[in-house]
Amino acid sequence: MENIILEMRGITKTFPGVKALDNVNLKVKEGEIHALVGENGAGKSTLMKVLSGVYPHGSYQGDILFNGEVMAFSGIADSEKQGIIIIHQELALVPLLSIAENVFLGNENIEGGIINWPHTFKRTQELLKKVGLKESSATLVGRLGVGKQQLVEIAKALAKDVKLLILDEPTSALQENDSAKLLDLLLEFKAQGISSILITHKLNEISRVADSITVIRDGASVSTLDCQVNDISEADIIRDMVGRDIANRYPARDSHIGELLMQVREWNVWHPDSLDRQMIHDIEFHVRAGEVVGIAGLMGSGRTELAMSLFGKSYGKNIQGKVSLRGQEVDVSTVPKAIQCGLAYVTEDRKELGLILEETIQTNTTLANLERVSSRGVIDETIERRVSEEYRKAMRIRTPSVFQKVMNLSGGNQQKVVLSKWLYSQPDVLILDEPTRGIDVGAKFEIYSIINQLADDGKGVVMISSEMPELLGMCDRIYVMNEGRFVGELDKAQASQEKIMSMIVNA
Amino acid sequence: MDTTKETISTEAQAAPTVGAYLKSHMRDYGMLIALIVIMGMFQFLTDGTLMRPANLTNLFLQNSYIIIMAIGMLLVIVAGHIDLSVGSVVGFIGALAAVMSVNYHLPTIVVVPVCLIAGLIIGGIQGYWIAYWRIPAFIVTLAGMLVFRGLTLTLLQGQSVGPFPDSFQLLSTGFIPDVFGVGRPNVTAIAIGVITSSIIVFLAARTRSRALKYGIQDEPFVFFIVKNALIAGAIIYLCYLLSTYRGLPNVLITMGVLIAIYTFVTNSTVIGRRIYALGGNEKAAKLSGINTERLTFLTFANMGMLAAAAGLIFAARLNTATPKAGFAFELDVIAAVFIGGASMSGGVGKIIGAVIGAFIMGVMNNGMSIMGIGIDWQQVIKGLVLLLAVIFDVYNKQKAR
Repeated sequence: MENIILEMRGITKTFPGVKALDNVNLKVKEGEIHALVGENGAGKSTLMKVLSGVYPHGSYQGDILFNGEVMAFSGIADSEKQGIIIIHQELALVPLLSIAENVFLGNENIEGGIINWPHTFKRTQELLKKVGLKESSATLVGRLGVGKQQLVEIAKALAKDVKLLILDEPTSALQENDSAKLLDLLLEFKAQGISSILITHKLNEISRVADSITVIRDGASVSTLDCQVNDISEADIIRDMVGRDIANRYPARDSHIGELLMQVREWNVWHPDSLDRQMIHDIEFHVRAGEVVGIAGLMGSGRTELAMSLFGKSYGKNIQGKVSLRGQEVDVSTVPKAIQCGLAYVTEDRKELGLILEETIQTNTTLANLERVSSRGVIDETIERRVSEEYRKAMRIRTPSVFQKVMNLSGGNQQKVVLSKWLYSQPDVLILDEPTRGIDVGAKFEIYSIINQLADDGKGVVMISSEMPELLGMCDRIYVMNEGRFVGELDKAQASQEKIMSMIVNA
Repeated sequence: MDTTKETISTEAQAAPTVGAYLKSHMRDYGMLIALIVIMGMFQFLTDGTLMRPANLTNLFLQNSYIIIMAIGMLLVIVAGHIDLSVGSVVGFIGALAAVMSVNYHLPTIVVVPVCLIAGLIIGGIQGYWIAYWRIPAFIVTLAGMLVFRGLTLTLLQGQSVGPFPDSFQLLSTGFIPDVFGVGRPNVTAIAIGVITSSIIVFLAARTRSRALKYGIQDEPFVFFIVKNALIAGAIIYLCYLLSTYRGLPNVLITMGVLIAIYTFVTNSTVIGRRIYALGGNEKAAKLSGINTERLTFLTFANMGMLAAAAGLIFAARLNTATPKAGFAFELDVIAAVFIGGASMSGGVGKIIGAVIGAFIMGVMNNGMSIMGIGIDWQQVIKGLVLLLAVIFDVYNKQKAR
């Protein structure tokens, strides 16, 4: 019988009016990688908050057994003392402090009330070596990319003598090769006897590293699968997650490609702060009515900069080039002008750039086109309410009313609110920047269906994505981007992951 | 595709009981209840002096300029900024008015608009640096606070200037005459009270019936009746009390009209909505096609104009312009807005909240003065009330999560 390091038994957690967790069970064996999967809003994060003591003992029902002993954590400090360390999706690092200062933040090497810096830097360097990060421990964290910051977080966990490491969607912001490195690191820890819980949406990662899988759906644990005993397919996991089969992850669409909608020529963009750095070089592309065009490329290849620069010069003012819509050259130099021309840009970062979190669904839906629900500057709330209600139904935003504040919605529902906002601005061309990032499988399918509907309605869609299968499944045509240039163009029939990768690598 | 999940979203919820409703809307009504409790307490402690018509009239006159500035400050704070210069602008505008009226004998009809435009320009200049140069409002208005205090001294050459002509004094000390000719009680005052409360009740009923039509009303009917009866009753009772003294002060009408206009602007207009969006998430607002710079600029220009209005009223009330006029007013105004439930980080706050916050401060000032509490302890108590109010607000917010 293998040693069980953690057992959560019959965990039930209620918030006023909502049962977030209902009799959830989770068993993690010593030295295994345990994947925790479920749709957004299924209760994974709540469960981890119960485990780490964010919701203290007494605020939930059920027992937590760690190494066979019942635990009663009253805060994160208690659980960390036991060696349970959680790394959240949003990294908790201070950008203006050095790596060493971050690694030992709250856990300083103190001698007689004074921090021993030489020792701190030396230990940090050792920890960085362990996680495979080749940086000086004096480097400021803000200078590092997301992938490296993630490694700093792990080094921070190691500094605390971790026994059970919990990673909440660690790879959602990472590039393919960084993700692979991170997963290798987990395997290495496993060899050293450190157990981990991996919360993720990416099924290929699970099949690569996980020893067992617990699926959570609607606040209840649905199943625990042992990967060593059974041969588990991705379809099995998806079925457990959503409670239904998704025969095809991408809804089918018959393309009816029409007239030329948008054409971009000789597009050059320089960095907003330094004219020496050219971010976009001579890009030319076009979108037709009813067409979904993808832009593939690695993170940092300039896709977001391209989109932002097109949309009302939202990426600095150092921009040259021509944009035509329906054959006419147009002025898109400010956001209102771009919207007027029929352009819409769904940002990559929903919370930072897309939504007013403190406001309701209704307010967010009409924000980009308040003129349409008002006359002479006065908003007609009856019309506004009806409009937002229509979009809530059409988009299947799961909430009792449009008066819900968007900060209380799950990622998928928030994305639907952002889409509602831009659809209500009645665009001809929509640029979607990572439209399904951090969204669960079921909601992704719905977003894809919405995109297909847009194309069927004769709109042009430009889709930027880091997930190649998604682009291959959705797009009629794919541009491949690398280091600010378009390095290739593929039709749906020709496109494959290998071809895209080789274009990037050989560029 | 997935009909099972759709059923989770319940279309209409059962109307909650009055108690449950009040509990869930504690944040909305908390400060109003606090104001009533504080008024009741001082009414008792001052043996009924607080609500005497003469004192009540005084209370409105004393606090009108704070309330007028609190309206502007609410917009500034909702937009995510702060304005520290308003106290100095009050002093400066008072001085400008005094120089124009007393030294140059310009008529009031010229002085008032010129002063308001001067305030608009002052606010606009500060807003320009904040909006288009992205210089923090704290710094710009701190500079403004020093500059306009200094300019006040220069204009007045360090001395008090006054008295103002009678027409100018009417701004503050004038009363609405009784058109019915009774005089005492002033029938016009009572009539205005009745008309105002009828309009308020009518608008509330219309909103409610519209909301009912869409099935989005969760306010219990009993609660609606009691609430509106209390509001209407309070307004008529106040007007009656004032009518037994000298009637409604001009300032009260100015204040009431400004409150009504700005409540409408924040609730129902595109520009109001956009100010909330700007304060809630500036980047998202910008990417939604909102001209955030112009909006910031306008909020400060508006603040400058309202500060000028307050400066005129204050000078008219003292009947003289002094170099110290408006000193530390900004602190009372900012405190009023935060007591009224606005969020430090922007995006949240209501006009009526700021007005209630200003009244809480005003009633405490007035009540404590009547009781003979020294200015030292008054400050301590006011400070603690500000802290308590914000703690109460944060506590309610956390409970709601």
